[in-house]
Amino acid sequence: MRDLKAVGKKFVHVMYPRKSSALLRDWDLWGPLVLCVSLALMLQGGSADSKDDGGPQFAEVFVIIWFGAVVITLNSKLLGGTISFFQSLCVLGYCVLPLTVAMLVCRLVLLAGAGTISFIIRLIVVVAMFGWSTLASTAFLADSQPPNRKALVVYPIFLFYFVISWMILTFTPQ
Amino acid sequence: IACLVMYLFAEFDDAANLLAANPDATTISIDEPVEIPKNQHSRLQEPGREEDDELLGTDDSDKTELLAGQKKSAPFWTFEYYQTFFDVDTYQVLDRIKGSVFPVPGKNFVRLYIRSNPDLYGPFWICATLVFTIAVSGNLSNFFIHLGKPTYHYVPEFRKVSIAATTIYAYAWLVPLALWGFLMWRNSKVMNIVSYSFLEIVCVYGYSLFIYIPTAILWIIPQKVVRWVLVVFSLCLSGSVLVMTFWPAVRDDNRRIALATVGTILLLHALLAVGCLAYFFDAPELDFPAPIIPAHNATTVTTKSR
Repeated sequence: MRDLKAVGKKFVHVMYPRKSSALLRDWDLWGPLVLCVSLALMLQGGSADSKDDGGPQFAEVFVIIWFGAVVITLNSKLLGGTISFFQSLCVLGYCVLPLTVAMLVCRLVLLAGAGTISFIIRLIVVVAMFGWSTLASTAFLADSQPPNRKALVVYPIFLFYFVISWMILTFTPQ
Repeated sequence: IACLVMYLFAEFDDAANLLAANPDATTISIDEPVEIPKNQHSRLQEPGREEDDELLGTDDSDKTELLAGQKKSAPFWTFEYYQTFFDVDTYQVLDRIKGSVFPVPGKNFVRLYIRSNPDLYGPFWICATLVFTIAVSGNLSNFFIHLGKPTYHYVPEFRKVSIAATTIYAYAWLVPLALWGFLMWRNSKVMNIVSYSFLEIVCVYGYSLFIYIPTAILWIIPQKVVRWVLVVFSLCLSGSVLVMTFWPAVRDDNRRIALATVGTILLLHALLAVGCLAYFFDAPELDFPAPIIPAHNATTVTTKSR
């Protein structure tokens, strides 16, 4: 029960990013795991003519998220960051929450139809959530970087969430 | 002491002779004023820098510290060793990118920007950006080309990301490895004044790929002429960076080998650009038959025959 409360508190921290150290201090990887699995599950069921042309498979989404988070963490540590490995993974994983919400919204919108209006709605939602994710993770991670290298650390995070947003936006149902 | 002095004079004599023997040393050309002092510098510096940059990471800390400035030499199994390859600030990375996009004629990219501080940040993240840019732009371009057609069904083509990643990272690491091996081999046969470490070559190749990122975005425009003009333009820019970097390293060699080396470098670079364009971006003007869905084969055939 205590762990569940901790996870829930972190979700709230992500949705309303303030400079709090709770997210950094008591890291856990439950939240990122749940988010990653749900995002990968929701990205299933995309249509494809052949296996080669379709959207990402479950394993591909999983690998991209975890491998991407590890690479970004290594990058920030190599550039001289003071944050620990698992703390950074925790933050990056939790900040996938807005994008998971965006995926949920997209799937609901696609139930209603797949025309131009639905695309515009999905585009706006995904872009907004992408911005939210990037800002939230930057707010938590930027302080631990040396000041003249902040942009070098923020850019890979931007790229990471951009790729996830692209996967969400290009999801086309059967 | 007299012997020592004589020995030193002999050393300087050798260096002077070498430069005198090099016919280019006396001619007035743009890059010479930059090259001559750096040539001597690099020649004296060479043994230290070679050891410093070898991937096995020798502990020759005295020599390397003296010659390379503040570069610490940690054993290669520690984290600090790899941190030395990320010892760049934001403005340095931006400067290097600028240098790769606006090549100054006669200025060597490595000497001007890298200066014994090769980084792996630039090459790695430029390649990553390029991979996703090509995949996304290709997908977008295909979407726009086939937009009006009734039988077209949008697919994200996610598998192409892994193909793009393999190609670009292989190019950015294997070609420098081959080139470095080749240059080392020639170095053992012919005394080259300029030589580069493996990481510097990786650095040059990584930064020279930067121009392909805006090019890939502009390739979305579905006009054949525009795309080929972009290919030629970006090839000229990044090719010139590579040529100006590697020409000083091979020009002391046999003329034909030097030309062949530079020609191969340019050819591989061109192949990468053209290959990416051909594979990821569909041809705009051809009547591209819609992807055949097996169940709908009959309807597709009747549509085309109308």
